[in-house]
Amino acid sequence: MPFYLEAFTNSFCKLSASMPVVLLRRILPWRFSILLPLMLLAFGHSAQTQEKPYFVTYDHYLEEPGSLEISFNPLFGTQRAGNNFFAAWTEFEYGATAWWTSEFYLDAQTTLGDSTVFTGFRWENRFRPLQHEHWVNPVLYAEFEDINGADKTLLEVVGHDVEADHAVPNALARGERAREMELKLILSSAWKSWNISENFISEKNLSNQPWEFGYSWGISRPIGLKASAARCSFCKENFAAGIEMYGGLGDWHSFGITDSSHYLAPVLAWNIPSGWTLRLSPGFGLNGNSHRFLLRLGVSREFPGFGRTVSHLLGER
Amino acid sequence: MARNALAILFCAWIAAQAVALAEMDASEQARQQQRRAAELAKAPPRAHSLTNPLADDPQAVAAGRKLFEEHCQECHGERAVGGKKAPNLRQEEVQSAAPGVLFWFLSNGNLRHGMPTWSKLPEPERWQLVSFLKSLAAEREAASQPMPGR
Repeated sequence: MPFYLEAFTNSFCKLSASMPVVLLRRILPWRFSILLPLMLLAFGHSAQTQEKPYFVTYDHYLEEPGSLEISFNPLFGTQRAGNNFFAAWTEFEYGATAWWTSEFYLDAQTTLGDSTVFTGFRWENRFRPLQHEHWVNPVLYAEFEDINGADKTLLEVVGHDVEADHAVPNALARGERAREMELKLILSSAWKSWNISENFISEKNLSNQPWEFGYSWGISRPIGLKASAARCSFCKENFAAGIEMYGGLGDWHSFGITDSSHYLAPVLAWNIPSGWTLRLSPGFGLNGNSHRFLLRLGVSREFPGFGRTVSHLLGER
Repeated sequence: MARNALAILFCAWIAAQAVALAEMDASEQARQQQRRAAELAKAPPRAHSLTNPLADDPQAVAAGRKLFEEHCQECHGERAVGGKKAPNLRQEEVQSAAPGVLFWFLSNGNLRHGMPTWSKLPEPERWQLVSFLKSLAAEREAASQPMPGR
């Protein structure tokens, strides 16, 4: 059995017995564990989405105006010189306008044989400065994050982020607080039904640390290009597949790929007509500084009438 | 404490967005509809010469209708007659537009006025949507009739 399957199976078996309780009590803060199901019930109307399969790379497509997408994204990672871990982020993505999308994240992780910790939040905004489609479509991205050193969501890899950073016990790592500003230039193209996206990442710890840099790129395509006339769950057009690669590029004082980690990850998305999207991505570390294996899952649902529903609740005639 | 404050701020911001949408009055909606329709006139000459490769596909209208329901009807309404956020797709400016112009507009959107770009849909799906939109011409005089493709 390949090492990554063995590691995942062993870790999953160990965790599975306690996972529901852990998830409810610790990974999700208690307020949130109550709020999420209520929101899902309150805004039951949903629509099929056309999500790209990437986990780390952004393309130039923003959330539709007035739509809210909620997604839960667990991650399993192997760890040398330490314990394997599960991490997860919950994401609320709202289309404020056709050219502006705002997202709020809550992060958490469970390290096997250690503990489960809430690791912080992120608030990001993406803007499309150009009004029409071009060969290359830029998107400006700005994020504030308040996370602690135990965060293992690997939502981006920058600077000299390496696997060994995640071997630190949670009790120690969570004491390190990182308030960071992250800026990205997202370039994305649509070419013959393919999407090609490149992200240039810069991140600054606000406590007088140097700028750190990273990259990611991805390419993907729907498996079926024509829609069928009938609604179907397993039609080819509901699936999209691709690949993404991401890693660090050092910092202001030592730019480059030395002492940085890099990953290559096939990605697959399944857009179900009921409005749910499932995504899967096994990722493989490309050098000795990288986790050998990462497995990402994503479950998301879109609520297209969220803005309108809220305005009704607030008294719109 | 800071986390709670930020969460409250975020919720307040979403509520403010919703209220802003609600405050759009009827005359503003009419002006927006005209403005959005006028966007079609901005299509480049090459868009006018594009022909729908699925024009003869008997399934295209039905498939386009399905795509419309999935992606468009939230703003344009179940009957494509428009709403607060989006124009009536049965109006003359839309129905008299060349298929290539509609395809161009779908692909580009009009971000400033709320229309997303739909280049995330594969080209054949965008043409299926165009087929469906053009099929509305036959019944735009009788808005109470069932929509084609059902």
